[in-house]
Amino acid sequence: MTGGMSGLSDMDDLYEAIILDHYRSPRNTAPVEEPDIDLDVNNPFCGDEFHIQLKVDDDAVSQVGITGRGCAISQASASLLAELVKGKSTDDVHTAVDLIRRLLKGEELTDEEADVLGDIEALAGVRKFPVRIKCALLSWIGLDDALKEFSSTK
Amino acid sequence: MNNTYSETAPAAGTRKFDVESIRSDFPILARKINGRNLIYLDNAATSQKPRQVIKSLTDYYEQTNANVHRGVHTLSIEATDEYELARSKVANFINAPRPEEVIWTRNTSESLNLVAATWAEQNVGEGDNIVITAMEHHSNIVPWQQLAARKKAELRYLAAGEDGLLDISNLESIVDSRTRLVAMTHMSNVLGTVNPVRELADRAHAVGAVILVDAAQSVPHMPVDVRSLDVDFLCFSAHKMLGPTGIGVLWGRYDLLEEMPPYMFGGDMILEVTYEDANWNKLPYKFEAGTPNIADAIATGAAVDYLNDLGMDNVWLHEQELTVYAMEKFSALNEVKILGPKDPTLRGGVVSFIHETIHPHDLGTALDQQGIAIRTGHHCAMPLIRSFDVVAAARASFYIYNTKSEIDALVNGIRETEGYFSR
Repeated sequence: MTGGMSGLSDMDDLYEAIILDHYRSPRNTAPVEEPDIDLDVNNPFCGDEFHIQLKVDDDAVSQVGITGRGCAISQASASLLAELVKGKSTDDVHTAVDLIRRLLKGEELTDEEADVLGDIEALAGVRKFPVRIKCALLSWIGLDDALKEFSSTK
Repeated sequence: MNNTYSETAPAAGTRKFDVESIRSDFPILARKINGRNLIYLDNAATSQKPRQVIKSLTDYYEQTNANVHRGVHTLSIEATDEYELARSKVANFINAPRPEEVIWTRNTSESLNLVAATWAEQNVGEGDNIVITAMEHHSNIVPWQQLAARKKAELRYLAAGEDGLLDISNLESIVDSRTRLVAMTHMSNVLGTVNPVRELADRAHAVGAVILVDAAQSVPHMPVDVRSLDVDFLCFSAHKMLGPTGIGVLWGRYDLLEEMPPYMFGGDMILEVTYEDANWNKLPYKFEAGTPNIADAIATGAAVDYLNDLGMDNVWLHEQELTVYAMEKFSALNEVKILGPKDPTLRGGVVSFIHETIHPHDLGTALDQQGIAIRTGHHCAMPLIRSFDVVAAARASFYIYNTKSEIDALVNGIRETEGYFSR
């Protein structure tokens, strides 16, 4: 391969347009008033970090706010996560997190399962860059664990 | 043994410093990464190995392999001779007064931990203090934090100034009569800063303290002389200086090592064992329990030979030239900020940088696509990295086989990445 942009075209699977869009303009970053869940998640090895806030009403996520610093993958993934969880029941969130884990592990999802994830399927490109999978999963696992803990103390 | 290896190696070298000829000694440099020629700029993490070092490993296992310091058979005698010759080469390399002062360890971290668990355990008490710097690698922070907590001693820091240099304006108040140990890096693995070791050694000795130097980033890249630095302990790893992984060095002043208790117990480190008790072997064996890392020690000797042939003065000059060039080229990148001293002569061949809009990991992946290996992350110096109000940085670090055209490729690679992410 020689010069020009062609050298980086192999990254297109990793940095799909939707990923770059969420990275540049992350959604749901406004702070949540009196959150039920308020946690910091970080991966010190990468220098990725998030502040995640959730309000849970009647076992469903009514408000979400996620801010963070880190690479394009981790930040876009968190923004996609924030869009997905809004209005979802805690069970639906757990299901989606399991789906994303399976997707990034390399499993093929059924059409129905893919529909649940929607745009988030764009993260599948990270599978070709195994070292970056943890970037994509960091916010998801943090939020899922916090939600499980919150439900169990109810 | 009564060898005197007091003459330091000729820093000028005997082989012409010819980068193309050097490159031909490193088989890995022929590799393609993602279809491109490998450009290896992660030398502060570990260096590549010349075939002379690799051959030393295979020669040992194919021709000489036997256990050392036991038995009278030919192979055991040859293995012992080669193992001890490598120790002498290392002693000579750092101008140590005696080869017995060179202790083989696994790496710099183990050397540091050895001193923390033995000398410091015996010599640091409640109310004493240990002084380190704000630019230490985690491995020269955590052992002292643990020791200070155990001993109710105080851990003090010499600050790093905004200019990337060690702030020693308050040296006299920080290193005081209760200071037992000054533990400092010779060259920062993040900032590249070369620290004024001799000045700190003089202050430490003036108050009766001992000085330990983390030389993991200096011994591979510049002439290091423990006598002219006047230090008491020096720690470094072979794998950053063309040698194999899994072996490192603790050099210590003979009288200090003599007074220290063993670090590990077992074979080779004892003189006499009864059913009730044991007494310790002489230096250096007191600190080398069990069958040592014979092959890698011998290969470390081959690495030292390689560097001596080039001459450490020439190694340093080459890296200075690359650093000056890199800093000049980087200055044309508007979104890149270099950490550490602006003056290239105050630093070694380590250039850490922050990109205003591209996270180090995205940059690292994009450069890897172009065959360029750099380090990204916190560089095992989290407190220092955080002091720049960032969570991660990128780092390019140079060695004897790197060229200006590779630096050009790095700068072009950063530009291409900028283009990619602004599309």
